[in-house]
Order: sequence, then C-alpha cells, then structure tokens
Amino acid sequence: MNSSVIVFPGSNCDRDIAVALEKMQFKNRMVWHKETALPKSDLIVIPGGFSYGDYLRSGAIAGKSLIITEVIKAANSGCLVLGICNGFQILTETGLLEGALLRNKNLKFINKDVNIKVTNNQTKFSKKYKKDQVLKINIAHNEGNYFTNPEHLKKLNEESLIAFKYCDTKGKVDEENNPNGSLENIAGVYNSKKNILGMMPHPERMVDKMISNKDGINLFSSLLN
Amino acid sequence: MKITNQLIEKHGLKYEEFSSIKKLLNREPNLLELGIFSAMWNEHCSYKSSRIHLKNLPTKGKKVIQGPGENAGVIDIGDNDAIIFKIESHNHPSYLEPYQGAATGVGGILRDVFTMGARPIALLNSIHFGSPDHHKTKNLLNGVVSGIGGYGNSIGIPTVAGETKFNKTYNENILVNAMAVGHANKDKIFYSKAKGLNKSVVYVGSKTGRDGIHGASMASAEFDENSEDKKPTVQVGDPFTEKLLMEACLELMQDNSIISIQDMGAAGLTSSSVEMASKGELGIELDLEKVPCREENMTPYEMMLSESQERMLIILEDGKEKKAKKIFEKWDLDFVVIGKTTDTKKLVLKYNNHIEGEIPISALATSAPLYNRKWDKKKLPKDKVDLGALKKIKIEDALIKILSSANHSNKSWITDQFDQMVMCDTAQKSGSDAAIIRIHGKEKAIAVSVDSSSNYCKAHPLSGGKQIVCENWRNLVAVGAKPIAITNCLNFGNPEEPKIMGEFAECLLGIKESCEFLSYPVVSGNVSFYNGTNKKNISPTPVIGGVGLISNLKKPMNHILKKDSSILIIIGKTFGHLEQSTFLEEVYSITDGQPPEINLKNEKNNGEAVLEIIKKDLVNSVHDISSGGLIVALAEMSIQSDFGLKVYKPKKLTKFIKYLFGEDQGRYVLEIDKEKLKKVEEILKNNNIFYEQIGVTQKDFFEVEDEFKIDIKKLHKINNQWYNNY
Repeated sequence: MNSSVIVFPGSNCDRDIAVALEKMQFKNRMVWHKETALPKSDLIVIPGGFSYGDYLRSGAIAGKSLIITEVIKAANSGCLVLGICNGFQILTETGLLEGALLRNKNLKFINKDVNIKVTNNQTKFSKKYKKDQVLKINIAHNEGNYFTNPEHLKKLNEESLIAFKYCDTKGKVDEENNPNGSLENIAGVYNSKKNILGMMPHPERMVDKMISNKDGINLFSSLLN
Repeated sequence: MKITNQLIEKHGLKYEEFSSIKKLLNREPNLLELGIFSAMWNEHCSYKSSRIHLKNLPTKGKKVIQGPGENAGVIDIGDNDAIIFKIESHNHPSYLEPYQGAATGVGGILRDVFTMGARPIALLNSIHFGSPDHHKTKNLLNGVVSGIGGYGNSIGIPTVAGETKFNKTYNENILVNAMAVGHANKDKIFYSKAKGLNKSVVYVGSKTGRDGIHGASMASAEFDENSEDKKPTVQVGDPFTEKLLMEACLELMQDNSIISIQDMGAAGLTSSSVEMASKGELGIELDLEKVPCREENMTPYEMMLSESQERMLIILEDGKEKKAKKIFEKWDLDFVVIGKTTDTKKLVLKYNNHIEGEIPISALATSAPLYNRKWDKKKLPKDKVDLGALKKIKIEDALIKILSSANHSNKSWITDQFDQMVMCDTAQKSGSDAAIIRIHGKEKAIAVSVDSSSNYCKAHPLSGGKQIVCENWRNLVAVGAKPIAITNCLNFGNPEEPKIMGEFAECLLGIKESCEFLSYPVVSGNVSFYNGTNKKNISPTPVIGGVGLISNLKKPMNHILKKDSSILIIIGKTFGHLEQSTFLEEVYSITDGQPPEINLKNEKNNGEAVLEIIKKDLVNSVHDISSGGLIVALAEMSIQSDFGLKVYKPKKLTKFIKYLFGEDQGRYVLEIDKEKLKKVEEILKNNNIFYEQIGVTQKDFFEVEDEFKIDIKKLHKINNQWYNNY
C-alpha cells in the first residue's frame, strides 16, 4: 500500500504519521507542498500542525496551496484521504469535507487523552474496529469545535458519515465528555463516498505502548486490506 | 551627536563605564557605538557582576562535551548521541507583556539549542507568579501559560515538564524561565567560534524590525512605576518562522557548509557578530545596508540593537553559498551575505560604504567590566518555631488545606494547554517527578526536571543552593534515571546591594558543593539580576534544570500507585523538620526558621540505592519527598492512581504531625510487592541505608492510622479545584 504524507511549512506531525505508517508497512513518501504532482498513492495523509502558521484561519492558506489541487483531484477519483487535526481543518477549507472547525469552547488549546466511540465501523478506515468500540486517543488543538448546518448534520446522521464521537470510558456521549464543544460530540466525519476521513484526535500518537496505547493501530490496519 | 550624561544614563551605563569606553577607543564613541557598548556591557550580556562567582562552579565531567560559554551545554549519552540543553530567563519582558514575553522566551531558548545542531525534543518551564489575590496575577498567569503553549505547540516541540509557583515576593516581578533540550549526533555539533579570513557572514531568518531595541538593557534594570513605558522593548514572536528556520538550519547542517553559527538573541546582531569574532580572535565587517529590514529607513543604530526574533548569523565555508541559499529559499526565508570575517580584530560597521562605527572586538567582549561586588554573608537563622504555642489543627484539615492550595493543586489546567505528545517520544508527561523522553528510534531515554525552592534560599542561601541541586537530582533518580548534568537559571534581585549579592554568592556556593559531591556538573545557564520593583527585591530563586539517562527504557517509572496490598517503605531518615515547611506556611503563614539540613553523603547513597532497586525491577512506584513532607507525597501517589493507602503511626516519634509534614531531605517513598520486599531490604541493608515500613496500599481510601480516612475520589476533587475556581 502506497501512502503520501503532504508536508506544509508548519506541519509538525508529519514525522509522527510517517513513523506510524512505516511501522504498519505502508510504503510512504513525503510530498512537499510546492510540488505539482503526487506520487502513486493509495492513501494521502494531511498531517497535523500549524500549516502556514495557521495565519488567516487554520488550514485556510494550505487549502489554496499548489499540491492541494492534486489532492482534490485524487480524492475525487476515489483515492483514500485522511486529514488529522490541522489536516481535518485543511480538508474543510478545501471543501472536500463539509463543516468547519471553530475555536474550542473554552478558548484554550487542549492537549489530553480523550475517549472516542467508533460510530461507523463499516468503512475502509474503520472496519477493524468493533461497532461502538471506545478508544482512548490524544487530542491537541485550538480549533476542534466541529460545526455544520442542520441539513448537513441530518445527512451526516442519515448516511452514517460520523466517524467518531467524544464519549466517556463506557461510550456515553454527553456534554460532560465533549472537550471542545463540537456539535453532537463529533470528533471525525466522512464525505458521502466515505473515501475521505477528517478527524481531530491523533491516531498516529496511539501506536506504541511505551508512549501511550495501541488504540490507533486498527485505523491503519483497516486501510491495509 | 554629542554624547551627554543623559544619553549615557539612558543606555544603562555608569559614568565610570563611559570613561573606560573612551579609554578603550581613545576617543568618544558616537551614538551607534554607545548603543553597541550598552548592549554588550549590560548585566544581561556581560555577566559583569556574576562572572567572578560563576567561574567557581564545577563544569567538567566525563560526560561533558561542552560546558558554559557556548549557546548551550552538551553532554554525551553514548552511541554517538549527545544532548544539548539550556535554561534561560525571560522575566522582565513577561511581566510587561506576558504572552509575547513568555513566547519569545521559548523561541530564544529553542534557537540556542538548534543553533548547535540539535533537534529540540523537549521544552520545560519554571514560572513564578505573585500572590493569587494580587490584581495582576490572573492576567499574567493566563498570558504566560498561553504564550508558552502558543510557541511550543505551534513549532511542534512537546512541553513536558515544569513548575508553577505563587508567592507574594513575585507580585511586581514574575519569573518565566524556559528550558529546551535537544538531541544531536556527537560528531555533528556546531559552535559559534569563527574561523578563517574573508569568509562570508550570512544573515538568515526573519527580517529586522524595530522591536526589542534595548531589550537586554531593559532586562538589566529593576522596574519602577514607569515600567509600562518599556513595553516596546519586548519582542514579538513568530513560531511559524522559527519552525522554518529550525528546519532550514538542520537541513544545512547535514553537510559541512557551516564554519560557525550563532543565533541573534539578546542584543541581536551586535552580540551575535561580536561573540563569533571574539571567540575566533578575528574581526568582522558588516555592510548594514544589506540587512533585510521589515520597516523603512531603519538606521544602523536600530539594526544593530533590534531584538527581532527568529534570526541567525552563519559563517559559511567558501563555495557553499549557492547550496545554502537554495535551502533557505525552499523554506521561504531571507538569506543574505551581509559581511565577512577580517584580521583587524575590530567590529567595522558600514552603511553604503561609509564607516558608521569601528570598535575593537576585545573592548566589547574581554574588556567588558568585571565587578567583584561587595556581599554579605547570611547566618543560619536561629528563631525556633514553637509548635506547642500554635493553635492545634487536625492532620486531615492540614492536608486538605495544602492539597487545595494554589501551590499544591493539580496543574492540569496549565499542562493541558501544552502539547506534551507531539514527536511521539514522550514516555512520561508532566505531573511525575521527572518527564521521560525517548531518544527517537532507540531504547534509551532521558529524564528531565526543573526545580526551585525560593523559601529555603531566602532563609539561608547556602543551604537553599545545596538543597535545590539535591532535589533536582532526586527527581531524576525517582524515575530511574542516572543524573548527568544541570543547567541553571539564577534569578536574583539587585546585585548592587550587598545583601542580594550575598544571596547570589552563597546560593552559588551551595550549588557548587552539591554539584561537586554528586558529580553533577553545570553545563549551561543564565543569570537574571535586577528582579524587583522600586527597591523591593524578589526572594533568591535559583532554578535548576537537570538531565539524566535511562539507558534501557523498559517501563517508565513514576509515583502512581499500581496495586492493592503492596508495602510502602520510606528510604532516608525522618526527623520532622518543620521550619520553612509548606505546612507552616500554608496552615499558619509562618515563614521563619531554618531550611532543612542537607546531608550529601546520605543523599547520594539513598539515591544510588533507589536506582539499583528500580533497575532490578523490584518496585512498582517511587516518589521523592519534598514540599509538604511525607503525607503530601503519599497523597500525590494516591490521587493520580486507582488506589488508596494506609499509613501506620510510628512508634518512636512523639509528634506525629512533624513526622507527616516534616521536610527532611534525601527521602523517597517506594511501593513494593510483598514478595519483593526481602530483596529490597537486602539492597538497603548492604548499603547501610535507613528505611522503615510505613504502610500498605488499599482500595478506595486514603487513611492515616487513628486519625482519618478519606475517599480518594474526594481527595482527587480537593486537589483539582483550585485552578478551575480561580
């Protein structure tokens, strides 16, 4: 499986995702934002960080970068695309995913391990997880408060496009377990074709027991076959 | 322009210093030259009051590759791996503008580390605020914490450990110390010493603006009621540019293009060019019209004194310009040859081919003033606190009072605002005795901790200096790391006062004694004097940042209780020293008396035994006993775990309260499986180490025999409310 990690100036989780992908036996390439062509890829990852310093608005400038035109083309022709944290923000800026990520409701950067529930385990990204499985995954962001319009929210629910929801250790989804104010505790969403996933939590941080846990592994192994 | 007395004073120079300048130049300086002298001769850059004492510190050791004098210290951790680290203060700017002051403090210390060829792998901080009810504290706390996070999170270096303290001594002068730790290959370390004639001097990074002019001079004077006017001397940080600069520099460092490299920190272009030339015993000539400027019509004076951030000066090997320029262009950064090295041993500043200033390098560096200031010794205080005369308090109430206080509350409100996990090598985050960072792709790890104890240092600087090195050493030991070396940030008041100079001199003597005994050398550091406002000085606050090595990380050791029914032992003797303790301060507001005594021999033996016990995998959790004494240490072990514990009443000691809250040094609590106890006792007996069994772990309750029993969930809640209610 060939993967490409897009590197913007200010990306800072690019090495982390590359380490995770290689650990999972992906053949990975790093792709600089000024390039105009993508190497052959089955999976494109847009990593976390502060692309272009998050100036103007998180992900806004990256959403207009040279390489992103190629990412959009590939995504539209069915290539798998994963945007994590800043990558999710960039995907919403490009329009590949609907909705927007607003400032956290407490107006502060939040870094901690949170619980999320796998709301749909029938996709290429999640098939190795159990339905409603609760994962403990690290979040680290200023703008992770997912917002969208009522029609789209309805669509997300009807077509099972919500990938993950923030919850407690037992899977209970409520306001108390919503770290950033996201609508319906949404932590990650798919596009209609479910080949694009954007998520605020960092699965690449959860592949090594010495550092955290292995709850992120199945996301990558789902993609492998 | 005529140099008037007023101008001299405005530049922070004394009249006698101005006379020496005239002597060194054989003439009167012009305004540009005066500015340059003021930038190099201020306390912050010249260490004129401290050098004479600093030179007594032990700075060498088998594992020291580079001691003080470079951008940062370098130690050897084996297999061609080196750790490069330093701590630095940004106190004055952070008080004036907390967000930017703290952010640029982080940016500055990161540059010191990656300038030497290291990829930064961890950030730490030590921040001290005034009393929580002082009207400025809340705003300063908010600003500093988001400034530290704003910079570190964005550049993508984990902020893994730190300390936050509140004390009215910092009401008008907070402390913000930032430490950065990086990893480099031992054979790829870069230094600032210039070599060779006619080599290109290259400016890279951000453009120069009018921010931060005279920042270093501002930081070399105490505050008064007009301090708000000094806000424009605070620099503005841009972590995004720093990230690009870091990646570009590390990319250029892959081959042999660089002769020497120096970041533009305090006193910007001036100090970086002078330092490189001075170390290489060369001259340097700059064409200032080539300096990339952010604003129009900047004068040579402004360019030389600006402290705009995210800039570096590089001396390149011949023929490497094209390749180097390509790298910086890739990262969208300025890259301009602005001068060359010469054999004149002078700093020559030209603007459009006209010489604007010319100063012998030695006049700025080696001939900078050196003061042997008068200092007073401080006697060990005598006043004994009479416990019997104090109003009785229940142990439970005292514990709750301490655990719910600003200084002892859980600090996740702060640490949750820092990305602690980026880079995916943080094996242990904040909240333990020390953080643990794995060396990327390897099995070894380093442990890092930063510590201070200003109450002890104020009471008796010599003991305080000794104690703080030991506490830092102990914190590394408690996570199973062999301590290697330290960096120190010495925060003091006005050195022109003999009392303050005495605090400095004696703290340093204490630090020296402990460092020598523990073979724990000082490899880098920073001095911050003039911390005070209107003649009111802060308590002496030396901050120690230590680095230790865990050569084979199997599981990170910490203080969180792991099992039910395991045995708790205490290593080290408990005498019940209550003076200068948290107990007296928090419960009775008493801050008199002597700090606890340090027995270096016991400290070392106890620590080495703990290391052996951890290495042999005989222990579930370890915690050092410090502020708050045994009972606070035990509460901390319980609060963060799923288990409670029961402490027995000791048979011998008369005053239980002294036993529980006393702050005797050199002690650790260990949680041990019953079946491993014998082996642990063997090690302790063989090494003649004093220990006693003090209790057992149990489910759900924190209990002190014959005194009280409290649900750990309740204890957790008590410990977690202060920040959220503030």
